[in-house]
Amino acid sequence: MSDVPAPLRLVRERYGLAPSDLEAVLGSALARGAEYADVFLERTTQDSVALEDGLVKSGDRHVAQGVGVRAQVGERQGYAHTNEVTLESLRLAAGAARTIAEGGAAGRSVAIRASGRPEQDLYPLATAPTDVPVAEKIELLSAIDAYARSRDPRVAQVMASVVAQQRLVVVAGSDGSFASDVQPLVRVNVQVIAEDGRGRREAAYQGGGGRVELAVFLDPARWRPLVDEAVRLAVLNLSALPCPAGTMDVVLAPGWSGVLLHEAVGHGLEGDFNRKGTSAFAGRIGERVAAPGVTVVDDGTLPGRRGSLNVDDEGQPTRRNVLIEDGVLVGYLQDRLNARLMGVAPTGNGRRESYAHLPLPRMTNTFMLGGEDDPEEIVRSVDRGLYAANFGGGQVDITSGKFVFSVSEAYRIEGGRLGAPVKGASLIGSGPEVLTRVRRIGADLQLDQGVGTCGKEGQSVPVGVGLPTLLVADLIVGGTE
Amino acid sequence: MSLELVKSALARARRRGACAADAVLVESDARDVRVRGDEIEFVTQERSRTLGLRAFVKAPDGLRVAITSTSDLAEATALQLVDDTVELAGATAPDPCAGLPDGGFASEVPDLELIRPAERDVPLEARIADARRAEAAARDLDPRVTNSQGSDASSSFARVAFGNSEGFFGEYETALHSLVSMPVASENGAMQTDWWVSAARSLAALEEPGAVGRRAAERALRRLGSRRVKTCKVPVIFEAITARSLLSHLAGCVTGGALYRKASFLCGRLGERIASERVTVVDDGRRRGGLGSRPFDGEGLPTRRTVVLERGVLRSWLLDGYSARKLGLSSTGNASRSPGSAPGAGATNLWLEPGDSSLEEMIAGTERGLLVTWLFGPGFNAVTGDFSRGAAGLWIEDGHIAFPVHELTIAGNLGEMLAGIDAVGREVEWLGSVAAPPLRIASLTVAGD
Repeated sequence: MSDVPAPLRLVRERYGLAPSDLEAVLGSALARGAEYADVFLERTTQDSVALEDGLVKSGDRHVAQGVGVRAQVGERQGYAHTNEVTLESLRLAAGAARTIAEGGAAGRSVAIRASGRPEQDLYPLATAPTDVPVAEKIELLSAIDAYARSRDPRVAQVMASVVAQQRLVVVAGSDGSFASDVQPLVRVNVQVIAEDGRGRREAAYQGGGGRVELAVFLDPARWRPLVDEAVRLAVLNLSALPCPAGTMDVVLAPGWSGVLLHEAVGHGLEGDFNRKGTSAFAGRIGERVAAPGVTVVDDGTLPGRRGSLNVDDEGQPTRRNVLIEDGVLVGYLQDRLNARLMGVAPTGNGRRESYAHLPLPRMTNTFMLGGEDDPEEIVRSVDRGLYAANFGGGQVDITSGKFVFSVSEAYRIEGGRLGAPVKGASLIGSGPEVLTRVRRIGADLQLDQGVGTCGKEGQSVPVGVGLPTLLVADLIVGGTE
Repeated sequence: MSLELVKSALARARRRGACAADAVLVESDARDVRVRGDEIEFVTQERSRTLGLRAFVKAPDGLRVAITSTSDLAEATALQLVDDTVELAGATAPDPCAGLPDGGFASEVPDLELIRPAERDVPLEARIADARRAEAAARDLDPRVTNSQGSDASSSFARVAFGNSEGFFGEYETALHSLVSMPVASENGAMQTDWWVSAARSLAALEEPGAVGRRAAERALRRLGSRRVKTCKVPVIFEAITARSLLSHLAGCVTGGALYRKASFLCGRLGERIASERVTVVDDGRRRGGLGSRPFDGEGLPTRRTVVLERGVLRSWLLDGYSARKLGLSSTGNASRSPGSAPGAGATNLWLEPGDSSLEEMIAGTERGLLVTWLFGPGFNAVTGDFSRGAAGLWIEDGHIAFPVHELTIAGNLGEMLAGIDAVGREVEWLGSVAAPPLRIASLTVAGD
């Protein structure tokens, strides 16, 4: 194996582009007085195999490649992209991108500092997930199907899939920065539909993934708990009662419930919304936005996690960024543009779905640090409320600060004890207020299983979330009773 | 040129051992611009070409299938993709229902007015001017419009070339022009946002930019001073823009994939009354200039008009070839397809037929209730029909709008909600490919304080 990182070999060998070509393209993008320009090149291969009705019915392989040239001046950005990767198409893209600048034609020269290799390696893999033979994935799916059906006779349908992705990126900036990365991503999905024989059906989903060897998920010790959980949830919901409606104390189970943080405060702390003053958190650095003891972190450097990256999509190394420290707002998430306009340093959060999109400030892995309370004691402290154990997705209106997320497993709490399971419902609250009503923080921080996808301005990126057991007073529970 | 690539991919798939195949090539170019305040925030220009292939390999008890796509159309890569597809198909399990549709492919490609070729040359400057006008109209409406998330104008064009090993080949072009405005209003330290959009196949059919900006601003302004409500059960009126969201949930429950997987609460209920008799729902892939229109579907079958619900009675599913075979029925020409995914059943242009009320009459006829103007969060379970979503809107007292409300949820079951529709508006509002008039549901749970 050569010492040249794979993305750079790709640029040279497949596309026939030399560093001097990229320098010329960047120089051209700057020609009308742009302050900054970059070239982003991507090649992503995604394979998936899916099972339903007991059969592995279909295999997929998708190859997406493309390149984009961006120019920035003030608050303006020009971006042109194409999936034809040639010097000619790059020159055309540079010409289109620079039209947002209005200066005269002054040639600028750019010198790339040859490095290209990330400083950190959070996902060293021996085998690319897209290189694992399809037979091994099919075997896994068949085993999942058989195991799920053996767990409970009420299991009527099992849908499972294995998705493997390998993303190669190269980013060259007009400041001479040059970065590349190979980003593997795997995901195993299990969905179960249970039937009670009297016409009631319920579905449940579990999944796991990360930037790890696919072999990790071929191990029954890793995938069986996902299946057990999906079967348990689907069967449990067959007997769930209607959910209460109204304001009550809510205990959130650890882990995926971190979607609350993601929606309630994460998006509101992204640099673009705060620079423009459209977030309910704008201008509030240094203010108390959460109860004492609440510390919220966005950390793109956790090894092997779904939301982790060696470098962001602007070539900046990711970092651990503290957003809220002991209840006080201390930082926002930044990409290059918003960091420059707000006069702060980029935080390694400039991300994009693909070469076909402009970078935006985005979360990586967002979680709350654990506290000191015993999780069981937290439940015992609630006289009447709701225990939210499993979750679907969520959404936020960052301007009003209202957020909502859906619960897929929940129980009434009565007299400090878990009562009957109730049907899923939405929880709604106000982002700037909800963390001020945190009453207890468990010592049991958990990160999610590696299935989160975040949407913003039509762009999806993989993310992680995490939360310890949490007691929040007075959340609105959107049930029917 | 496009069809040549489709033909050569199909020919190579056959040579490599595929017994049947279909392929689609989508070429697109697009430009988008956002103006915020007086400033251009971004201008983007895109060109792309993606080839998608589906290949079947014969087995004793059915066909094996694989689906692939690539946007790297260098000859060597494209050929390799075809070979990979056939090889990958060989690894999957035979499926007795897999295969191309059994004939009946489109015999003509009707002009559905999906593009005006002269508008291909729309200058970027013209769309920047549109976005500026929307932004200015929103700002000038009221001093409380203090900020903005921007006004976006976009024009995109696509050419779709499709063919299969049965000898069907067809091509068509589409355009999509849109303008969306997202102003922010503020008062007493609280901010509210909302949006309005106009989208059409021709620039001439777009709403005037100033009207888009003003309507967005009016929507944001009327949310100022929003309060919370007490938990209650009341009549709930959905504006056209939120009613279409309910129709989208319904669409997911009448399409093939959800049915053969038994993942829809409507499974087995064809022919039954599932909604108020005020409710008639139609899907029509040939609506002229429709944002969901196409002359043939993702498997080459002619698109058509299908009555899904007739006066509350469930008359038809929306099916592609595979789900139709699984259910022992015929495709309704509803296969949707992008190069990067397998064909699957989906609605084309889906709407709820207008009724005889106006929104004003519905409000006047409601003693105490909620007008929903904003819905958010996932909150819908197609398997059970259970619905619980975040919302905001206007509170109604004594038949009049009293004050704006937010931080509430509305919850019920879609089946009961459809049955409980007691008024349907006269005006269907087309903001996308799914459209509805305003609706009133007799009683829903509103959760708040």
